[in-house]
Amino acid sequence: MDDSITLKGIKDGLLVTIKPGGKWSERMKRLAALIDGQGNFFRGARVMLSVGARNLGQRELQSAQKMLAKRDVALIGVLSESMNTTGAALKLGLRVDLGAADMVTSPVAQVAPLPHKPPRIDPEERGTHGVLLRRTLRNGRTVHSDGHVVVLGDVNAGAVIVAEGDVIVWGRLRGVVHAGAGGDEAAVVCALYLAPTQLRIAGYISISPEARPGKPQPEKAMVRNGRIEAVAWDYRNMG
Amino acid sequence: MGARVITITSGKGGVGKTTSTANLAVALAQLGKRVVCVDADIGLRNLDVVMGLENRIVYDLVDVVEGRCGLRQALVRDKRVPQLYLLPASQTHDKTAVSPQDMVTLTNQLRADYDVVLIDSPAGIEWGFRNALAPADEVIVVTNPEIPAVRDADRIIGVIEAEERSIAVSVVINRAKPDMIRRGEMMSVADVLEVLAVTLLGIVPEDRRVTTASNNGAPLTLADRHAPVSRAFVEIARRLLGEEIPIRDPAGEGVWLRMARRLGLGR
Repeated sequence: MDDSITLKGIKDGLLVTIKPGGKWSERMKRLAALIDGQGNFFRGARVMLSVGARNLGQRELQSAQKMLAKRDVALIGVLSESMNTTGAALKLGLRVDLGAADMVTSPVAQVAPLPHKPPRIDPEERGTHGVLLRRTLRNGRTVHSDGHVVVLGDVNAGAVIVAEGDVIVWGRLRGVVHAGAGGDEAAVVCALYLAPTQLRIAGYISISPEARPGKPQPEKAMVRNGRIEAVAWDYRNMG
Repeated sequence: MGARVITITSGKGGVGKTTSTANLAVALAQLGKRVVCVDADIGLRNLDVVMGLENRIVYDLVDVVEGRCGLRQALVRDKRVPQLYLLPASQTHDKTAVSPQDMVTLTNQLRADYDVVLIDSPAGIEWGFRNALAPADEVIVVTNPEIPAVRDADRIIGVIEAEERSIAVSVVINRAKPDMIRRGEMMSVADVLEVLAVTLLGIVPEDRRVTTASNNGAPLTLADRHAPVSRAFVEIARRLLGEEIPIRDPAGEGVWLRMARRLGLGR
């Protein structure tokens, strides 16, 4: 295959590199044929010509510009190591360098650009959101969330938390809590000391037992066997 | 800048805000401070009665705000203690006669001439409380070791914490009954602080003579300075002035009780 012409994608168009050697007019014919052979691919494209050390005058550049324009391709600039060529390009109002951002693009012809594909998000993580409150919720405070609620502090009696997701309290939970308020029966409520005035998960309601013997321990409440049950919240019950 | 403006509030009524204000004012004045008490409970005044100054009132807070008299004219001096004054509330006006901004303006006028301005707040979290809170540098929340009182104290602390400016909050536990606490029939000091989680300024024991003193118009701190209640208020006053005085647990838990509790037998 003829590799006298190579193409690269750049920020604002295509970089067309014309290899040294050969007659300029032959190379332009070859480029014209290349463009014509691609159907509509080049239509509306913006092209930067890289000509190496080739010495070109205004007339040659203008004819190249005309040839491209006929095919609905705009010549935006010419890259060259030749002072004459660069000068001619400048006189025609063409750019003679790449923007900084264009220096690090990958060649279209050799390697396909990396597809813009976001990393796969585990369905479990998708849409997970919530609020974090780093204070004690006092009597009279109400918190609503369509996600999860995490409290670093106590939830005092008289405070209310309504969450469509889970409720985690790193402190003493004495207020009213409704987890899974949108109907999610898999929602859980965890607290270092679980003694809510009233605890609701989805459509279930429970109240804390009056006296709880022994030392307070972290607990997790969830719906099990058709009612709300609390289990020790520790390494044995992480699932 | 001058005076510190300290508002005394509680949320719940009947926990002893007004008697605490009167006794604390007397204690501060006895310690040589220039003190003004402002009764912000407009329409339901009684700080004047507790202080025994009712019959000497000529003008009141609303008269000052509405320009019928000067601030100095409305101040009633307590002749029993040097440098103790009262700005009485109005008995006849509605509480909406005064705005929070009025209270700020008024206390700013007092700051220059006094060391401490004590504002006796009405119960609740409505207008009257807002008036009392607006000029406060510090707030003392008075509560009893009873669940309803602690609930309301918690609520009011939440309201104070929600203010944009930061206001120092401390708590006074009033009417503690050591024998009931010891028997587990009353919340202990630790129980109260566990919920409220603010600085404890002092514990005042229950004493029926406080009621008698209020009826007689002479705060107990004035009538009997050696009563445990009076000593408690003097200690609170000294702590307010920056002294470090350890707080004794009124229940005075013995070793046995503490051990029993540790074994899970207590309460």
